[in-house]
Amino acid sequence: MSGPKNKSRRRFFIAVALVGGGLLVGYALRGRDRLARVPAFARGGKAFALNGWVKIGPDGTVTVAVPHQEMGQGITTALPMLVAEELDADWSTVRAEQAPVDKIYGNMVVLGDSLPFDPDDRGAFASALRWVAHKASETLGLMVTGGSTSVRDGWEPMRVAGASAREMLVAVAAKRWNTAPAECFTDAGYVLRRGSGEKLGYGELAAEAAQLEPPRKPKLKARADYKLIGTPAPRLDTPAKVDGSAQFGIDVRLPHMLYAAIRQCPVFGGALKAYDAAKLRGLPGFKAAVPVLGGVAVVADSWWRAKRALDQLEITWDEGPHAALDSGAIFAQYGRDLEHGKATTYAERGDAVGALAKAAKVVEAEYRVPFLAHATMEPMNCTARFGNGRCEVWAPNQSPTLVQWVASRAASVDFGSVTVHTTFLGGGFGRRAEMDYVVQAVTVAKAVPGTPVKLVWSREEDIRHDTYRPAAISKFRAALDGAGAPLAWWNRIVGPSVTRSFMDRLLPWGGMDYPPDKTNAEGADDLPYELANLRVEHVLSKTPVPVGFWRSVGHSYNAFFTECFLDELAAAAGKDPYQFRRGLLATHPRHLRVLATAAEKAGWGTTPAPGIGRGIALHASFRAIVAQVAEVSVTDKGEVRVQRVVCAVDCGTAINPDTIAAQMESGIVFGLTAALYGEITLDKGRIEQANFPDYRMLRLADMPEAETHIVESGAALGGIGEVGTPPIAPAVANAVFAATGKRVRSLPIRASELARG
Amino acid sequence: MLELRINGEARQVDVEPDTPLLWVLRDTLGLTGTKFGCGVAACGACTVHLDGEAVRSCVIPVSAVAGKEITTIEGLGAKGLHPVQQAWIAHQVPQCGYCQPGMIMASAALLAKNPRPSEADLDAALSNICRCGTYGRVKKAMRAVAGRKGG
Repeated sequence: MSGPKNKSRRRFFIAVALVGGGLLVGYALRGRDRLARVPAFARGGKAFALNGWVKIGPDGTVTVAVPHQEMGQGITTALPMLVAEELDADWSTVRAEQAPVDKIYGNMVVLGDSLPFDPDDRGAFASALRWVAHKASETLGLMVTGGSTSVRDGWEPMRVAGASAREMLVAVAAKRWNTAPAECFTDAGYVLRRGSGEKLGYGELAAEAAQLEPPRKPKLKARADYKLIGTPAPRLDTPAKVDGSAQFGIDVRLPHMLYAAIRQCPVFGGALKAYDAAKLRGLPGFKAAVPVLGGVAVVADSWWRAKRALDQLEITWDEGPHAALDSGAIFAQYGRDLEHGKATTYAERGDAVGALAKAAKVVEAEYRVPFLAHATMEPMNCTARFGNGRCEVWAPNQSPTLVQWVASRAASVDFGSVTVHTTFLGGGFGRRAEMDYVVQAVTVAKAVPGTPVKLVWSREEDIRHDTYRPAAISKFRAALDGAGAPLAWWNRIVGPSVTRSFMDRLLPWGGMDYPPDKTNAEGADDLPYELANLRVEHVLSKTPVPVGFWRSVGHSYNAFFTECFLDELAAAAGKDPYQFRRGLLATHPRHLRVLATAAEKAGWGTTPAPGIGRGIALHASFRAIVAQVAEVSVTDKGEVRVQRVVCAVDCGTAINPDTIAAQMESGIVFGLTAALYGEITLDKGRIEQANFPDYRMLRLADMPEAETHIVESGAALGGIGEVGTPPIAPAVANAVFAATGKRVRSLPIRASELARG
Repeated sequence: MLELRINGEARQVDVEPDTPLLWVLRDTLGLTGTKFGCGVAACGACTVHLDGEAVRSCVIPVSAVAGKEITTIEGLGAKGLHPVQQAWIAHQVPQCGYCQPGMIMASAALLAKNPRPSEADLDAALSNICRCGTYGRVKKAMRAVAGRKGG
């Protein structure tokens, strides 16, 4: 697998040096300090902190610090399971607590994952950069939840924290019994003395254990000894989520709190020119109008009053240079860049161009996908209080460290003067890795010092001021030999860079020289199929539309592109799409097994019920492999109904199989919503959609029967939160072809293109 | 001053009469279990019971509910978890959980009227949006509750 070209490599070093030098100096964290007690975690309540990750109360309640943010993916259950396993805790006594911002909780794998290399690339250059990224991560201590990294990130430190705490409890018990630690064992929240029947509860030992120095290299369990990992332990957050007591960001309530509603410039690249707040004075509860990032906020003593006042505010916008932009112009630009733009090669094997020139049979197709909004159920919101040189922020967010950085910048106070409280997230999907709502809330709070303010976006603002999944196009050319085997595969993708767009928003200086963005070609440049002559390129095509990380990022479109085109190739070769894929996976046994599991469980090869078409897709992302078989029916009017989805997944080791099934169901619904309905369009520089009536979501009545089969491979840990999304669009599109003979090359699937007659 | 009956208690509120019930519940009374999702009755996150009927509180002016019995998620399980809430735990329905109070209120109202809802009844009554895609588990949990109710 070839890496990016030399010039790009140099640029990447420049980027790393800039990020490393500009932001991170003086934040060294040595690995051995990761068990340090963190004051903000240790204090509060009556529990005793054994290290920075575990505290135990006198009643035996075990509280685990969770450095990742709960947005539905079940991380406040999976990570405590890792601690509880090694601690031998009783699961019914385990609680999760959001970790405060501290470097010991930094995500150590997410930066490495962002590098533009195949995870299996063991070359010197890739390895060196991975090491640099790891060191940068240690230095940074960046707490961030994304890239399906949470369990991989927590796997080592959280098991070590549990095992270390267990050894401390054993040491105290052994001392009390005046025996050796080897004469003790642990089970379900107790230390027991061999052959005596004596036992001491963890709650009885915690205070004394908390005085000990945590062992740095505790003995970890062998996998065969796991009792909790691999079981469907009930989620710790379920009770609060069924009785209304779960606290999301939007639920934060503080004494004397005010509320803010916001309106942002309807045109991307525009700005606030003027507003007249004079007429708002005298409106019930009105307090202030405040210019903020992107627009203006109105503050009142209730959100409804703030919104009503905002509705009456006369605002003049400077619409900027993009007030004539529409979706047609963006796709026309992509089309020009496809032919004439500067392509970056992401993967190259053999000579695809040469093989295509000589081939007798060439298959060609072009695909496209639209911009998409995240539309988390909880609209963007943030609560902030500013005063006495300090800033306190309550936010449902995917990166408390970034919240601390941007809040300190917006409030003009140092990092240490910012306290971040992370609540439950009412959905994240990448949207809450953005920091716009934090900057806005802190700006508003500065205007009313000493008083907390809760900023809540309307749904209309949420849909129209998102950082969108990029619209993209992708062209393929492939050659088949006389026996129907692929001779060459050429693929060029066109679209904007998510990472560049994100970094431009985040970094104060902006506009720096970036390396090729891995997310552009992910899922297209790392195909598992044996294709001897292959070339995958991307042409960067910038637009004024801000783009962001949207569940599975580049995989969300490249899976659709590649798995649909592969299906076209199978059809051109006169082969069954499942068997065709099998034939290209001889050197990828894990992929083959996942594909075969989905096919067998779905009854591939049997005749589907009348009117049903069956489609299959395989896609690896975030170090997990997923295959899905979809069964669809299509009415005469061209309306597609997905009847059934069979999903197989290999994510290495399964921590909580019920969570994995839930995440597959979730990823399928998220991807189905996009495939069947999702489309954000622009006219006159504005997003045309505004709310759920015109940005349609899958509902219960549209839900197919879905089943998940976990394929345990024992391989290294993979992700789970995003990996269920990519394969569903191609599985459905391929099923539509099976049902109708018509290819879907553009999403969302349009009934008008499938209608009969 | 308006007098409301919420979760069996009389509550006085001093708000503009056209304020949607949702914001009175959340901001004035601190009952934050009822969620804001869209403001246009399209998503169901704000579902509460009005005299036993599931309604979307984001578009109902508070002046229209005086004298009616309002039940929120906080009141549904006040005397022990409602069978729907129990089923939600048994089937591990919630993910992010944000839409679930509304989904649970809609489900409880459906069962009160129709203890053995068919699949079509579920499809029609439960039009709430869940972005995490818990629909499959909602259906399973509801089938279980309906089965138990029927003996």
